Amino acid sequence: MAKYKRGKCSFSFSTRPVIAAWASIAGKKESQGPLAGSFDKTFRDTLLGQKTWEQAERKMQELCLRTLAEKAGLHAWEMDLVYSGDLLNQCIGSSFSLRNMNIPHLGLYGACSTMAESLLLAGLTVDGGYADRVAAMTSSHFASSERQYRFPLGYGGQRTPTAQWTVTGAGAALVCSEGQGPRLLCGTVGTVRDLGIKDPGNMGAAMAPAAYATIRTHLEDLNLTPGDYDLIVTGDLGQLGKDLLLELASRDGLELGGKLADCGTMVFDNTRQDVHSGGSGCGCSAVTLCGHLLGQLSTGKLKKILFCGTGALLSPTSTQQGLPIPGICHAVAIGGGAS
Amino acid sequence: MDYGKAFLVGGLFCLVGQILIDRTNFTPARILVGYVVAGVILGALGLYQPLIDFAGAGASVPLTGFGATLARGVQEAVRQKGALGILTGGLKATAGGITAAIFFGLLAGILFKPRDKA
Repeated sequence: MAKYKRGKCSFSFSTRPVIAAWASIAGKKESQGPLAGSFDKTFRDTLLGQKTWEQAERKMQELCLRTLAEKAGLHAWEMDLVYSGDLLNQCIGSSFSLRNMNIPHLGLYGACSTMAESLLLAGLTVDGGYADRVAAMTSSHFASSERQYRFPLGYGGQRTPTAQWTVTGAGAALVCSEGQGPRLLCGTVGTVRDLGIKDPGNMGAAMAPAAYATIRTHLEDLNLTPGDYDLIVTGDLGQLGKDLLLELASRDGLELGGKLADCGTMVFDNTRQDVHSGGSGCGCSAVTLCGHLLGQLSTGKLKKILFCGTGALLSPTSTQQGLPIPGICHAVAIGGGAS
Repeated sequence: MDYGKAFLVGGLFCLVGQILIDRTNFTPARILVGYVVAGVILGALGLYQPLIDFAGAGASVPLTGFGATLARGVQEAVRQKGALGILTGGLKATAGGITAAIFFGLLAGILFKPRDKA
């Protein structure tokens, strides 16, 4: 019998691992948005002096890990393990950034849910006593994602009204067995949901059912109500997906209003930044968590949040073959330093 | 007056394209090919030439105009060479447009680098 399992797919962390440090790197558009002040480093040249967008994304993760180590007062090689992933084919943003770094690495693909997925796994690894310092990291880049999922920028395609803007940025959190900082309380591993949305320009709608399923399961499994959290924050549903999630919840009689926020609508100001339905990408929830949210948790402005990373598990091939887009969402509850 | 007509008709083609982008989930590539095919059909039925006579470049420059030229090329080649024209006429009539697209595409590719739109 699993000691820490709760309900169907949730668990609680017995030792409440600490997020001892966090770091965020953000691009030009993100540093003009509402969360500008919360990022550790920003840059205006979105190629970061590299030849390709993919190498720029790799460079972002390198910078992010280095910043994380600096903030934690460690050398990068003193980390026991890095869980990281990104949106590029075979996750080259993550693996290339760790080349010759002498840090154990487990690569992940959870689409845009990677920040929550890596944080959950880092928490479990530390909680289980298998490591002391584990980094969870991910990134996305607007230009490399456009090439990966839609069209290369040189093609000059038009964006649809439901489209979201991939965040150019990287975020990393260092989960430790001891130290000061926000703590991981409990988590829920999501199930893959597919309600038949086929439009890759409308991923908010594809992910909203998964987000709702995970939030509901989380509350049921751990016998909680939305009132137990200051904020339930989804990864990158965008305005449209957030509205759909609220609708799904209210149909079931679950009141999320007032508690629900979405990183995709927080990271950009849609009234002046023309991002259509909001931000998206692994970097969207990563820079919002590892900049704004963890900052607010450590200063006590937020006491307890449910961070729900949402991912659209499509591939360019599945889109070209006309298959619908499955969604997933992983939730992890984080409490402020004192709790 | 000619500019006005060209603007009106060309603009209408763009308006239809924008509505297709906004209201359907057709990809830009599908809309693009759809425009060419629609031009071929309208051209083959003889419905597109009156539009070109009315609006000039407003009807011949959009992709539907390319489709209509394909159809007209095939018709002319069939008249001159018989059935072989079905295979040769289309590309012959549109060779200028295709070569220009390839050449200017190459030129732009050499001279410019796409940038992040942020």
